[in-house]
Order: sequence, then structure tokens, then C-alpha cells
Amino acid sequence: MAGYAFISLNFIGYVAFKLIPLILALILSFADWNFISGVENIKFAGIDNYLALPKDPIFVDSLINTIIYAIVLVPVSIFIALVFAVILNDNVYGKGILRLAYYLPNVSSMVAVSIVWMVLFLPSYGPINQVLQSIGIENPPRWLNGSDTSLLSIIIVGVWQSIGYNIIIVLAGLQGISKSLYESAEIDGANAVQKFFYITIPSLSSTMFFLTMISIIRSFQVFTPVQVMTSGGPGNSSSVLVYYIYTTAFKHSDIGYASAMSWVLFVLVFIFAAARMIYERKNK
Amino acid sequence: MGYSRRKLIFKIVATIIMAIVSIIMLMPFAWMLSASFKPDNQIFNFPIEWIPREITFANYDRVWNSDIPFTTFFLNSIKITVISVLGEVFTSALAGYAFAKIKFRGSNIIFLTYLSTLVFPNQMMLIPRFVLFSQMGLYNTHWALILPGMFTAFGTFMLKQFFETIPEELSESAKIDGANHFVIFSRIVVPLSISAFSALIIFQFVGSWNEYEGPLVYLRSMELATIPLGLNYFKDENSTSYGAIMAASVCSLIPIFIVFLAFQKQFVAGIATSGMKE
Repeated sequence: MAGYAFISLNFIGYVAFKLIPLILALILSFADWNFISGVENIKFAGIDNYLALPKDPIFVDSLINTIIYAIVLVPVSIFIALVFAVILNDNVYGKGILRLAYYLPNVSSMVAVSIVWMVLFLPSYGPINQVLQSIGIENPPRWLNGSDTSLLSIIIVGVWQSIGYNIIIVLAGLQGISKSLYESAEIDGANAVQKFFYITIPSLSSTMFFLTMISIIRSFQVFTPVQVMTSGGPGNSSSVLVYYIYTTAFKHSDIGYASAMSWVLFVLVFIFAAARMIYERKNK
Repeated sequence: MGYSRRKLIFKIVATIIMAIVSIIMLMPFAWMLSASFKPDNQIFNFPIEWIPREITFANYDRVWNSDIPFTTFFLNSIKITVISVLGEVFTSALAGYAFAKIKFRGSNIIFLTYLSTLVFPNQMMLIPRFVLFSQMGLYNTHWALILPGMFTAFGTFMLKQFFETIPEELSESAKIDGANHFVIFSRIVVPLSISAFSALIIFQFVGSWNEYEGPLVYLRSMELATIPLGLNYFKDENSTSYGAIMAASVCSLIPIFIVFLAFQKQFVAGIATSGMKE
């Protein structure tokens, strides 16, 4: 009995604010419903919403952009973090304060950092392009204003913000490697590079796998920098899945169609969450 | 001498390189801070003037004394964050205790349900919650943000994991002395779990403070906005005054930097378990 008493409060809230919304999300994805028209005008649409997705060029663009975002950001950010973490782990003075500095972008609100980067990226008089021009680049990129560079600019901000988190995770993984491994390698005459490739990298494999999966999942959810910096533009060049879900649901009130898209997001996330679970079970 | 000396030089060089890289990483913040004290016509001077030629507080005056009620945003953020985080710790502690320490019918299946819903991204909740909140009259109120924050599978999971590390013998001996679960919970388990509570509190505090999607979707009135949402209003209203926008960004970041610097140990402990959260 005590068990139910302890769990009841959390369970009621969990059902009301998580479980019921989840079921509702599934139901709504089969509905043809414009929110403005009121609940009484909700119509059953079968799988029409899902069938419309591949024919919707904005959806396809947004999905492709989301995948490009993940494919570029994840390896770049993890590679930089790996290098930095290995150096920070044992080979510097003031490790604590440096780690702190790298982490600050990650605790900052994405809205604030997006606003700052937006100004840094200004094409004509923004500081980044002023620096580029001063070192002789006559036609620097138009960053957020160029349809070929807007997504890249958003990726740059994403890498900058995620490095600190990745460093912390890699550092935790490095701490788990036994010192004796390095000591015996040193006795055998291994140099720093050999130690890195033959001890550090293999010992980190489960950390790196975890980090890769988590980073991919988070990348699929990118939203705020797009909403704040570009509104998906110019054209749809920087629109991503969640941003298109947001505009469809809350700008065009097309709740049914947006709900169907949110299940596409779920499938993307689920693939990598499941991969992680299977991997972790196998390595236990 | 050769080997250790080489190592020492290597360490000094690495420290210098990493320090320079960290300065580059922090440059956007430095630029923001410096621009926030400049008059608008000097912000884009080149070469970049990291120390403003003339320091002005006009931008900050604009942030705090304009039609956009920044003070209100702060109070809203504090209210929402404090209530939802403390509420989360309270409900998660009770539920986590039930899962970790009490055997009752259905506990496994309920726990598995909790665990399996962790995989659903929070963004999937935005649309159905918006529909529900509109029907319930919670749309455009702070409750739309507080209530979902108070009941999380993540907090429950994290505290359950911690409670399981508390030795069973402690509660067994209390049981022999006639203590019931409420006594064991409040007198034994809670006092031993302060570190887990503070990790959860700090970690969720930062998350809740920075939350943007929820406020963007559930709030319509400007006077209800939280800091991230308010900051975006401010940006749209002052789109030409970059100094004022930078000053507003500085004001929005300072509280979270202070909390992070003061509690970084707890925060890093929270990150360790954050992988569970999609």
C-alpha cells in the first residue's frame, strides 16, 4: 500500500502531462484539423497526413537539412572534444578552469548565444567578416543571409555550443582508463601517439558510442538557433524538421499534419536510442 | 633529465595552446560584453575595440527601463524555475523511493513505462500539450510550464538510481524498531541523499531557466514571458540597437553563469546522468 501512496502524486502528473499527451499526439496525427476551426471540426483523415509528407518539398528540405546538420556537427564536435579532452586530461595546468571555460557556452541559453552569433555573423559590418576582409578575403560568405551558408552558420554555432558537453563526457571516460595500462606501455617504449591509438582510443569505445548516439539524437532536435537566427531562411535553406513542425502547428494551426511530422522525428530519435540500448546491453 | 624536462615543456606548451583556444571559444561572450557598453555608432569599429573607447550605460538603462518589462521576465523565470524544480524533486523523491525501496504489485510495469517514455523527445509533447492546455484553460498561464516540469520520469529515474545505493540494512534496522516507510524516507533516505538532490536541482535549474520552446508555444502575453522568450521580444523590438540587444543578452546570461560557477560540482554530477534524457 505504501508503494502506491509514494508513487501516486508523481504518477498522476506523469499520466496527465506525459502519457495522455503522447496518446493524443498519435491520435492527432490521423486527424485533419485546423486548430482555429475548433474541436468540433476535427475530422478523421486516416494516414493522409503521412502520405502527404514525401510530396511536401518543405518537409523534404527540412528533413535533409536536419540530417546534414547531424552528419556534419556530430563528427566535428566529437573529434574536437576528443582532442581537447585528451590534452586537458593530464597534460595541462589549470585543468579545472579551462574545462569551465569550454563549458560556458553549454550552460548559456541558446536564445542569448544565437542572438550574439547573429550579430557576429552580420555580412557587411559584422566582426567575423571584418576580420576576414582584413586578412584579404574580398568576398567573405554572407553567413546567415546566404542560402548556401545559412545551414553552415547554424552548424558552427551548434559545434561551438556542444564541445563543452562532449569534453566533460570524454574526460569522464578517460578517467576510467587504468593508469597502469599507460605505465606498462611506457616501459615497452611506446610514444605518446602510439599510446593514444593503442590504449586511449580502444578504451574509449563505449564512451564514444554513447556520445555519438546522444549527439545524433540531440542534433535531430535542433530548433532554437534556427528560429532565432534565420526563421528557416533564406528560402528553406536552413529550415529543419522541428522548425517546420513548429511553424506548421503554431503558425498555420495545421495540428494534424504537424503531429504526423512529429512522429517522423520520433522514428529518427528512436533508431539511435535503440542502437544505444542494444549496444549497452551487449557490453554489460 | 631529458625525459621529465621534455614532459614539463610539453605541459607548458599544451597549457598555453589550450588557454588560447579557450579565449577564442569565449570571444563571442567578450564581444557581447564589450558591445553592451558601447554607443551604437562604435560597436562595429574595426579593428575590434575590446575595451570600449567611451563607456556608456545607456544600453543597460534601455534594458531595464523600457516598454519591454525585463524585470517582469526575471521574476517570471524565477517563479517558474523555482516551483517546477522543487516540485520535481519532491514528487520524484517520493516515486523514486517507491521504486527503489518498496515492493508492490505493478511496480515493475510502471517503472518500465516510465523508462520507455524517456525516449520520446520533449518537442513531441508541445503540440498535444498545447491542445490539452487550451482545453483546460492553462494556455497562456505559467502553469502550462510549471506542471509538466513537476512530474518527470527523468527525475524519478535519477533519484531511484541513487536511493538504490543506500544500503538496505539501514532501513531494515529502522523497520525492526517499528518505523514505517514515511519515517524511513524522511529520517534516513532523504538526509543521505542531499548530494543527489542538489545535482538534480542544479541540473534542472539550468535546463528550466534556459527553456525556450515551452514558453514560446504556451505563452502569448508579453508580461508572462520568461527571460529567453523576453530576450527574443526585446531583439525584435530593438532590431537596430545592437548595443541594447547585447546588454539584454548579458543580463540574461549573468544569473546562470553565477549559478553554474557556484555549483559546478553538482552540475557535472547531473551531466553524468543526463544521457538518459532525450
